[in-house]
Amino acid sequence: MLTLVAILVDGLVYSSWLFIVAVGLTLIFGVMKILNVAHGSLYAFGAYTAATLIGVYFDAGWPPLGSFALLLVAAVVVGLVLGLVLERGLLRFMYGRDEVIIVLVTYAVFLILEDVILLVWGTSPYFAFQPYSLLDNTSIGVLSFANYDLAMIGFAVVLGAGLWWAIQRTRWGKLLLAVIHDREMAQAMGINVTLVFTITFILGAMLGALGGAVTAPEISVAPGIGVEVIVVAFAVVVIGGMGSIPGAAIGALIVGLIRAAAVHLLPQVELFVIYGVMTLVLAFRPQGLFSRAEARKI
Amino acid sequence: MALLEAKGLTKTFGSVTAANDISVSIEEREVIGVIGANGAGKTTFVNMVTGYLKPSAGAILYQGEDITPLSPREITWRGICRSFQVPQVFSSISLSDNLLIALGVAEGERIPFWRPLRQPHLQYAADEIIARYELEQYRGQLVGLLPQGVRKLLDIAMAMAHRPRVILLDEPTSGVSVQEKFGIMDVVMGALHDTGVTVLFIEHDMEIIARFGSRVVAFAEGTIIADGSPQQVLDDPQVRRHVIGETLHRVPHGEEGASDA
Amino acid sequence: MRADRSLLRVLVAFALLAAVGFALPDWAAFLLTLALAKGLVVLGLLVLWRTGLVSFGQALFYGTGGYAVGMLGLYLGVSDIVLLTVVATVLAAAVAALVGLLLARYRDIFFAMLSLAFSMILYGILVKTEALGSTDGFNVIQPTFFGYAPEGATMRLCIYLWTALLVVLAAFGVQRYLTSTMGNLAAAIRDNEIRVEYLGVSVVRVVWVKVIIAGALAGAGGAITAFAVGHVDPDAMTYWTVSGEFVFVTILSGTGNVIAPFVGALLFELIRSFAIQYSPYTWQMVLGTSLLLIILFLPNGLWSLVTRLGKQE
Repeated sequence: MLTLVAILVDGLVYSSWLFIVAVGLTLIFGVMKILNVAHGSLYAFGAYTAATLIGVYFDAGWPPLGSFALLLVAAVVVGLVLGLVLERGLLRFMYGRDEVIIVLVTYAVFLILEDVILLVWGTSPYFAFQPYSLLDNTSIGVLSFANYDLAMIGFAVVLGAGLWWAIQRTRWGKLLLAVIHDREMAQAMGINVTLVFTITFILGAMLGALGGAVTAPEISVAPGIGVEVIVVAFAVVVIGGMGSIPGAAIGALIVGLIRAAAVHLLPQVELFVIYGVMTLVLAFRPQGLFSRAEARKI
Repeated sequence: MALLEAKGLTKTFGSVTAANDISVSIEEREVIGVIGANGAGKTTFVNMVTGYLKPSAGAILYQGEDITPLSPREITWRGICRSFQVPQVFSSISLSDNLLIALGVAEGERIPFWRPLRQPHLQYAADEIIARYELEQYRGQLVGLLPQGVRKLLDIAMAMAHRPRVILLDEPTSGVSVQEKFGIMDVVMGALHDTGVTVLFIEHDMEIIARFGSRVVAFAEGTIIADGSPQQVLDDPQVRRHVIGETLHRVPHGEEGASDA
Repeated sequence: MRADRSLLRVLVAFALLAAVGFALPDWAAFLLTLALAKGLVVLGLLVLWRTGLVSFGQALFYGTGGYAVGMLGLYLGVSDIVLLTVVATVLAAAVAALVGLLLARYRDIFFAMLSLAFSMILYGILVKTEALGSTDGFNVIQPTFFGYAPEGATMRLCIYLWTALLVVLAAFGVQRYLTSTMGNLAAAIRDNEIRVEYLGVSVVRVVWVKVIIAGALAGAGGAITAFAVGHVDPDAMTYWTVSGEFVFVTILSGTGNVIAPFVGALLFELIRSFAIQYSPYTWQMVLGTSLLLIILFLPNGLWSLVTRLGKQE
């Protein structure tokens, strides 16, 4: 019984993390048909920036509770700066080219950014545990959960709901949907697709960086943290359907719960279970659980 | 026994009925023209006969065998080939190589992975086809750069590489300028006639239908509304209404309703 | 086609390769061995690339080859390099045949993602397998050559010669394959699968064969690397970044010619060795920038530069 609770809570925590990390990736793919390998770098940049800001903040002796805002600040700054540079400086020349070629381009960007991180922050790890320890723990029987993790669940839900609302209910969201459905038609109807692309990419970049920022207080922020995140995010996005935000949520939920179950019940499969599910989904429903099937060509 | 027979072919896509109870019987060596407005079901019919679409109901018999469940690949080996409205060719290689590949894979179901493609006998066969279809000046050019008319000829030539008993041509002259249409049809029909293949061709130009078809089948809204000699069909009031255009009283250029096919 | 000229070049290359191996200092021959092994994997990617497919999971077969060598040595004490390479290659081909049943039905980004997923499954399994050392991996048995058991530099030279032989055979084989009917179907499938089906060919079957060929080549490359390096671990043999590297080299070399993968791999190894040594914080940046430049300006890879210059003469 206790194991079940542990699996459930751990699963939800991990699912929340997965959702926050993957939602930006799926958004960018959905609108721009770009599978952004550099998403991992954005994550890493978010983590490093957050860690740096938190370090400076606490050194300066500001009130501890304010440090949570820094996580958002880090995400926004990274997303804005890197997002603009990448989209306006490089990606906009690639629109319309083969999806796989664009993956290779973003892979090149990822390689470059990995070294930028080394140059800016060096090889030693950064620590920013303060926000994490601030929130203390909750106990359920003999199980103890960090409130920070539990808060992440709430945050993920709010984020998901917020994005859903923004896309379904606002004018900007409707423009986005139009572009997702049919880029050319949207353009023909006068929608400034270029602007939509730029804004979407910046938003996606911010979300990627946010994933890193909220993770920073829990890990040792060191070179290479983005590398693993990329494939995990890919898996979630593929499972849920590339371009679908509700899909990312469901995908995150499935992977999170299965992984938590594996950790507690069958640790040997913990690592490959996410890719196993990804393979299964690709085998039976390649467009993902939530994407609409593509029409035939002839 | 008819060579190729469609029995009660029906195809629905959700609430749309693309084909409704189509039955037609085709004999050896016939040259059948198929007419009908866009969306009348002509291409759907060809897609079903060649296995690309599975009918919702009905069957297709070829030499008595039920070929309805077969794939395009299997049907090709049975002896039925087709050309496409939009020519389906290999754009990044030369015209000659397109033919080489078509001829190479037509030799047998087991594809050689060691023996080079460029065998003298295959090259010779390709040269023959190039001559017959008057494509000499294009042989070395990349197909992607060739004009539509040439691509259409290539499409048909590739379909014929298997020496089928039946060939279905989907609008062989569409996208081709009016001046070229007859020229292309002359070349194609001449080449096909020499092989004795049974032909079914979809056409919008009534002159071409009248000139080359010995029999005409008219489609409208998913069903066959007329099937007979060109004279009969082109004069048929239903046909004139649904296919040719009622209010125009259009008549093929030259003598009314006549053809010397 | 330039098939005959390429074959001649291959034969000359073998003579050169062997001679070079004797002439080079130990460390250089070692580098060359690694580069050639990598080139084998890239040769497989070339076969797929011509068909319009990019695999982000060749590390699956590469790792299978390497770990097969390692495990046969570890558990059965087998050490003959020829035997082990053959077994490893066959095993990798078998895995490719299995995985290919599914993979061959996909294209574009789905093919890439599925291949990636398969390779990460192997990674996940290996990392969690204590008996194989988890993330640390384990050392590979020293190779013997029909009973002959050299040491040190002589051993490395022998490994190199065996590698050179494999490379020559592989290049020749793939060259023959590419000029065959099935090889020529690569461009056809890339251009128009529907037409290929209507010509009576099972596209899935042909792609399946290509996946197997690429898998076998990658397996051979992995086997040699295991011997040369003397050690296997999941990060070095099956992680997605390894697959990414192979794709990178494929783009670097271009796919115009069966020798290009080996030249590209050598260039890559050289750049990487020197860059890591002199500028450890920027070599990935160098890689990334080169990749970008090639994609943007030299879509046919560096080899196209060579042929362009060659034609001008």
